[in-house]
Amino acid sequence: MSQFIQQLINGLSLGSIYALIALGYTMIYGVLRFINFAHGDVYMVGAFSGYYLGRWLINSLGMQSSVLLLVVVLVGAMIFCALAGLVIERLAYRPLRNSPRLTVLITAIGVSLFLEYSGQVFFGADPKPFPALIPDRLISFGGLTFTNKGLIVLGVTIVLLIGLTFVVRKTKMGMAMRALSFNPTACSLMGINNNVIISFTFGLGSALAAAAGILSSLNYPVITPLMGLLPGIKAFVAAVLGGIGNIPGAALGGLILGVAETMIVGYGDRIHVPPSYRDAVAFVLLIAILLFKPSGLLGKGTVEKV
Amino acid sequence: MLELREITVNYGSIVALHEISLKVEQGDIVTLIGANGAGKSTTLRTISGLLKPGRGSILYEGEEIGGEPAHKIVARGLSHVPEGRMIFANLSVQENLMMGAYLRKDRAKLRNEFDYVFGMFPRLQERSRQVAGTLSGGEQQMLAIGRALMSKPRCLMLDEPSLGIAPILVKTIFEKIREINKSLGITVLLVEQNANLALEVSHYGYVLETGRIILHDRSEALRANEKVKSAYLGG
Ligand SMILES: Nc1ncnc2c1ncn2[C@@H]1O[C@H](COP(=O)(O)OP(=O)(O)OP(=O)(O)O)[C@@H](O)[C@H]1O
Ligand SMILES: [Mg+2]
Repeated sequence: MSQFIQQLINGLSLGSIYALIALGYTMIYGVLRFINFAHGDVYMVGAFSGYYLGRWLINSLGMQSSVLLLVVVLVGAMIFCALAGLVIERLAYRPLRNSPRLTVLITAIGVSLFLEYSGQVFFGADPKPFPALIPDRLISFGGLTFTNKGLIVLGVTIVLLIGLTFVVRKTKMGMAMRALSFNPTACSLMGINNNVIISFTFGLGSALAAAAGILSSLNYPVITPLMGLLPGIKAFVAAVLGGIGNIPGAALGGLILGVAETMIVGYGDRIHVPPSYRDAVAFVLLIAILLFKPSGLLGKGTVEKV
Repeated sequence: MLELREITVNYGSIVALHEISLKVEQGDIVTLIGANGAGKSTTLRTISGLLKPGRGSILYEGEEIGGEPAHKIVARGLSHVPEGRMIFANLSVQENLMMGAYLRKDRAKLRNEFDYVFGMFPRLQERSRQVAGTLSGGEQQMLAIGRALMSKPRCLMLDEPSLGIAPILVKTIFEKIREINKSLGITVLLVEQNANLALEVSHYGYVLETGRIILHDRSEALRANEKVKSAYLGG
């Protein structure tokens, strides 16, 4: 039992990473109706910006591993990636606003490759050790032992999800985001400059991807320019699982995927599934959801009265 | 207040409007009537910036607005309630109204507009927390009009507010349109297929036929016009 709870926490902590990336896919899909295949690479850029910022803070300013250091790096990487997201949207996608969807999709793949290979040029292709932003601790209660990092990942994700929910539900920008995903023409007639909302959405989604990059690097402190590939695809599956365009759905999809993967690693051999099949979990889920509920767990067929 | 001078609009190779000219005087209700496909919606969409005119000019309060993007035109105090209402079905009634007030800087005074809209359409107040997609067609039309009023426009354009609505409700909505014009002093440009009703509430009317204005006059005069009678008023 206690092992199961530990696996569950591990799964949720992994799922948090997928959830944070999936939110960006789903929000951007909501306002632009396309899958930003470069989104997984923004996650990588987040990890690298945290790497350089963290090293600079430690080596030049002499900061110690601490919660403060983690927070500074996290916020710094989020801001950097938000700006990067704005630039990517402005340069790569906005000129294609009235182009066929396929053109935009191919451009997204181009942006993805551009980021991956620029990363190899600028950061080097060899794996880099992510700085220890926070000291390792084990926390035990009730006969269970957890790493502090697993709990931090979970905790930060919860805080970010609450913040995001507030932004989306209560602020003018968030409301406009939801309105835009329903009817862009009507938004223009409200006096909304749709491009501003789209930029905002890219910034927000990219900041969340950056947070995911930092959080996952806490637990798996080796980063490479291609690190965004697999999590990017899995988070895309998570977004589809939850219902593409549906914000709570993306979070739920991510968590489910993380838990499912961890459970396969932990208990898979009992049903003759070796742990090495963990990466297949996402694709099995994708096929299942497309077969049985293509609109996703929380997605609904749109109702519109005319 | 609003003037179109020889506006031509094309959809690809299809010419939807041929050198349309019309004038809306401040404080009036002006109607644009015509059969399906005459180009009524196209006219409104061009004025509100959703379409770009191929040629001609559009003056609003003396300034050229032709070709300006839609969101800037709203900011000038010209609001468009589109055909099919286009409410945000995924937002609550209250959120829809807040979107209507998106450009308002004096947010402290929004209460007044909420009170005004809810006073005019009490049904919306009862349902203010409900998701707008669950409203009936008539309620959605009320919401679309209320939402447009939230931006405090000086000129309001309505595209077929009677479309798909029960006759009793149509009467209410037209009464409200008159009230908006009278008590708020908002100039109205009304597009309708229901020419009877439209010519009854309006001061001045234009008749559009396949992209051309074929007739315009004071509304009483149009109602008495033989041609209008036979073609649009059911004999
Ligand atoms: N997006 C479009 N692409 C091509 N042609 C269009 C488009 N929208 C309208 N048209 C054409 O332009 C003409 C005018 O259409 P418009 O919608 O302005 O008519 P309307 O007077 O509003 O008609 P209705 O009473 O049916 O709403 C029609 O012939 C229509 O087929
Ligand atoms: Mg029309």
